[in-house]
Amino acid sequence: MKRLMIGNEAVARGLYEGGVRVVSSYPGTPSTEITEFLSEYRDIYTEWAPNEKVATEVAFGASLSGVRSATCMKHVGLNVAADPLFTLSYTGVNGGMVICVADDPAMHSSQNEQDSRHYAKAAKVPMLEPSDSAECLAFAKEAFNLSESFDTPVLFRLCTRIAHSQSVVETGERVAPDPIPYERKGEKFIMMPGNAKKRHPFVEERLKKLTAYAESTPLNRIEEGGKHVGIITSGTCYQYVREALGNEVSVLKLGMVWPLPVDLIRRFAESVERVVVIEELDGFIEEHCRNIGVDVDGKSIFSPVGEYSQSVVAAAFGIEPKPHVVIEDPIPARPPMMCAGCPHRGLFYTLKKNGVTTLGDIGCYTLGAQPPLAAIDSTLCMGASVSGLHGFKRGLGETGRKLKTACVIGDSTFVHSGMTGLADIAYNGSASLVVVLDNSITGMTGHQENPTTGYNIHGDPAGKIDLEALCRAMGIRRIRVVDPYDLAATDAAVKEELDADEPSVIISRRPCVLLKRVKTNPPLSVDPELCRSCKKCLSLGCPAISFRDGHAVVNDTLCTGCGVCSGLCPFHAIGGKEAAQ
Amino acid sequence: MKTVNVMIVGVGGQGSLLASKLLGKVLVDAGYDVKVSEVHGMSQRGGSVVTYVRFGDKVASPIIDLGESDFILSFEKLEAARYAEYLSPNGRIIVNTQEIDPMPVIVGKAVYPSHVLNELESKDVALDAVDALSLAEQAGTAKAVNVVLLGRLARLLPAIPRESWLDAIRSSVKPKFVDVNLRAFDLGYSLD
Repeated sequence: MKRLMIGNEAVARGLYEGGVRVVSSYPGTPSTEITEFLSEYRDIYTEWAPNEKVATEVAFGASLSGVRSATCMKHVGLNVAADPLFTLSYTGVNGGMVICVADDPAMHSSQNEQDSRHYAKAAKVPMLEPSDSAECLAFAKEAFNLSESFDTPVLFRLCTRIAHSQSVVETGERVAPDPIPYERKGEKFIMMPGNAKKRHPFVEERLKKLTAYAESTPLNRIEEGGKHVGIITSGTCYQYVREALGNEVSVLKLGMVWPLPVDLIRRFAESVERVVVIEELDGFIEEHCRNIGVDVDGKSIFSPVGEYSQSVVAAAFGIEPKPHVVIEDPIPARPPMMCAGCPHRGLFYTLKKNGVTTLGDIGCYTLGAQPPLAAIDSTLCMGASVSGLHGFKRGLGETGRKLKTACVIGDSTFVHSGMTGLADIAYNGSASLVVVLDNSITGMTGHQENPTTGYNIHGDPAGKIDLEALCRAMGIRRIRVVDPYDLAATDAAVKEELDADEPSVIISRRPCVLLKRVKTNPPLSVDPELCRSCKKCLSLGCPAISFRDGHAVVNDTLCTGCGVCSGLCPFHAIGGKEAAQ
Repeated sequence: MKTVNVMIVGVGGQGSLLASKLLGKVLVDAGYDVKVSEVHGMSQRGGSVVTYVRFGDKVASPIIDLGESDFILSFEKLEAARYAEYLSPNGRIIVNTQEIDPMPVIVGKAVYPSHVLNELESKDVALDAVDALSLAEQAGTAKAVNVVLLGRLARLLPAIPRESWLDAIRSSVKPKFVDVNLRAFDLGYSLD
C-alpha cells in the first residue's frame, strides 16, 4: 500500500522488514521517531537506554548473540557512542548491526551542526545516506545485508529534512533471518592488544573491499543529463539539485557516502566539462575528489553553514530568484518558550531572583535562557552543567566564594551523563549546588520514558531509579525535594543550599504539564480592579499572561491554573479560581 | 502538471500537524506524488512553526522557497506576515484573524502589529481573512481552528472532491472528535 511516511518511520519500517530483533536508543531530535515507530512492532524488542553509549553497546551485545540489531541517535549522540563505535569496527558483527545517526543542519533543535560523515571515515565503517522516505526504507533493509556480508557495523545517516519529511512509500514483507548461533570467537571479539593487532589489518582490507563495492553498487548511480555540468551529491541535496536544475546537468547520486568510489567518480568527471559537489555542512565528498585527483568546485561556492534549498542551488548557477512581496515593517520574533504551567518556570524565577550564576544543560529547560527569565549562563552538552559547575567553582577558588552558583539538569539528562559529574562533585568535594529538574519525562524530544519515570518504552511499569537514594549512595548528604509551583518553599530551599559548605542537591519535582496523566486546574483570571499594572507577573515569561488595555490578562485557553503567577502578585489580583496544590 | 505548493504556518501547539496529515492523505489518495516537510523539537514550544506541502506528478524538493508558495494557510495573523515573502505572485493567503502575542510582545519589547493585514492588502496580496476561532467555537471546540482553515483551502483545490476530505477526517481523528471536526470543516468550506 502506498502511503506518506516521514523518513524516520520509513527507516523503522526498513529495519523491521530487514529483520531487526533488538533496538536500543536514546531519544534525540531529529532521530527519535525511528525508535518510537519501531516500538509499535511488538514482535521485536525495543527500549530506551540511559544514553547512546549504552544503547550502542546493547545493540552490540544483541549482534554478538546472533540477531540483527539497531540503535538510533542524533549527531551529538554519536559522540557519546564513539567509544564502542571505533572498536566495533575492529570486532565486526555476528548478527547485522545498524547505527542510525541524524544530523541537524541549521540546528533546528541542536547545539551544533557537526557532520557525522567524519565518523564513518575515522572509524572505517560504511555509511549509507538516503534522499527520501522510499530510500530510507530500502537502504535500511539493505544495511543489514551489507553489515553481515562485510562483517561491519553500518552507519545510516539522515538529516532533519530527510528524517522529518514525508514522501510516498510502498511497504513490503518482513524477512527475518534465523539468529546466527553464538560461538565464542575470542580473536574476533576480545579486543586486547594481541587480538586487536590482528583485527586492524582486517579493517583496512575490509575498507578496500567496501570501496570496490562502492564502484558498482546500485546505491550509487549516474543520472545522465546535460554535459556542461556534472553534480556529485547525496541525501536531501540531491532533491534540491533535481528541483533547481532538472535535466540541465548530469548527476552522480551517492547513496553510500563512505567509503566513496574512486573509478566511478573519475569516470563521471571525464564525462562532463565541469564537476560541482553539492553537500550540506563539510566538504567531505569534495575533499575525497581532490584526494583522488579530480578537480571539483564545492565549498568555494556553497556554504559549510546551515541548510540548502532549491534556490540556494539555483542561485549558484545564475538562475534569477523568484519575485515575491517584501514586508518592510519589522515582524516581532516568535521564539520557542516554556509552556504555560511548565514546572521549570518557578525554579528559574527563583534562581534569577537570587542572582544565581547557573550552568545549564540540554532539554526543554534550556529555554530558561530566554528573556525575561534569562536564568542560564551556559549550555554545552549532555551532563556538562554538573561537571562544569564543579570546575567553575574550582576555577573561582576562594575569591569566588561570594558568587552564587548552581547548575540545572533534567531527570533524563541527569541519568544520561549527569550522574558521573555528581560522582566527581561528591568524590572531590566541591560545595556545588546541583538542581535536578525532575519533570518525570524526557520532555524536549516529545515525551519519552526514562529510567527515573517507572515506565518502559511501551508505557508498561518498569524499574525506577530513586534519585534521592542514588545521590545519597554517592555520598551527598544534603538532598532536598521541592515543588517548583511553591515559590516560597523553592526560594527557601535555594537560599539555604546556596549557603551550604558541602555538595548539595535540590530535586525540583513536578511532572511536565503536557503529560496526559497530569490533571490541570481551571484557568485563572486577573481582577482588573485589583491589578495595579506592576507587570511583576510578566517577569515569569508565561505565554498565558499578556498585558492589554493597562492591565494583565490571562489567556484562558493556554492557562493551566498552576498558580505561580498568583503566588507572585503583590496585590492578589490573579486567582478567582483555585490554584494548584 | 506543475507542482502545487502549500505552506501551513502558525504557532506551536495550534494543530498544524493534523492539518498537514489530512492534506497529505487526500493528496496521496488522489494519486499525486506528495512531499510534506516540517520541523519537530524545540521550535514546537510555542514558537513559530511552518510545514511545507508539495504535490504534483513528481515532486523533488521537500521544501518551499521564497516566492514559490501557491497557498499559505496561516493559523495566526502575525505569522501570515512573517511568511508572506514565500507567496508566489499569483498565490493566496488564507489567514485566521486571531492574534497570539509572541514573547517579545508579552514582555513589552515589541508591539503586536495589528495592522499587518492592511499592509499585505496594500501590496496587492490576495488575502482571505477568516475568523476561524469563532467558527471553530461554533463547531464545538476552539481547537478546530486548523480544520476550519483546511475547509477553506479545500474550496480552492477543486480537483479534490469534498467527500475525500470528509473520509480523511473520519479515518484520521479519534471517533469522539469526528463530528466536531466535520462541522468545523464544513464551516470553513462554506465560506464565500
